[in-house]
Amino acid sequence: MTTTTVPAEHAHAPHDEVGIKIGMWLFLFTELILFGGMFIVYAVYRFKNPAQFELASKELDTFIGTVNTIVLLTSSLTVALSIAAIQQGRRRLSMMFLSVTLVLGTAFLVNKYFEWSHKFSAGIYPQSPELLKLPSGEILYFGLYYVMTGLHAFHVIVGMVVLMVMLAMVTRGSITREHHVRLETGALYWHLVDIIWIFLFPLFYLIH
Amino acid sequence: MTHAEGDMKRHAVSYAQYVLIWLGLLGFTGLTVALAGLELGRWIIVTALVIAATKSLLVLNVFMHLKFEDRVFRIFVAITLAILTIFFTLTFFDYAFA
Repeated sequence: MTTTTVPAEHAHAPHDEVGIKIGMWLFLFTELILFGGMFIVYAVYRFKNPAQFELASKELDTFIGTVNTIVLLTSSLTVALSIAAIQQGRRRLSMMFLSVTLVLGTAFLVNKYFEWSHKFSAGIYPQSPELLKLPSGEILYFGLYYVMTGLHAFHVIVGMVVLMVMLAMVTRGSITREHHVRLETGALYWHLVDIIWIFLFPLFYLIH
Repeated sequence: MTHAEGDMKRHAVSYAQYVLIWLGLLGFTGLTVALAGLELGRWIIVTALVIAATKSLLVLNVFMHLKFEDRVFRIFVAITLAILTIFFTLTFFDYAFA
């Protein structure tokens, strides 16, 4: 266990890195339980309506799902690289990697927008007359699809706001080679959003 | 662990290692998409979830630095995953034998 001793000259700004990171991880655990609960709902409904879930999942575009998976995985790489860069004191490189992460996050959301609007124009959205004509298992599938990928997309938006703040801090010089724990916690959140997608992708797009 | 050791550990991940992990993640993504096209029936759920879990472990350990952190972080993660597993197991006992 690391014991953090605060040198006298830094006494005005205590820097308990382990404590800060534990705080972030505790928050991530509440997120895992939140999405975990939804995955349980998905599992139970799937268990009760296997054939209709398989049929409904064929409606989703595997190609768009795969592209978005690659986009999010790559954004996880770039945010990790931005930490590696700041650890070497390469501020500009770190800013560049963070900007690329934000661009990729935007690309993910743009893809989602096209995917959802395509479904909407096909008449498939919550409570749509078209959807309500389908068997109950398919209604449940699309309900879960919209709620779970919607909540995930909301997390992507929040993660982008967090990373924008981090980018501003690196630009201003308040995140530095010596003190970059905030960037690390921001990145932890972004990676969690990635991990949730790693499970959403096969469960909604591939299993049929 | 002394502070110096902690610093050294923190700097252990290089750009190349991150890129390698990313390539691994892309490889697993390709694999899971390819397997989904093979009509494996019931096994597709198993392979998809095993691959997703493997990808998550890569992200957790390397991207999220869990491998290089204090042991207390890994214990916390294990407890959270255990709680989720208990939720899943108890729910399914309820439905499988209802």
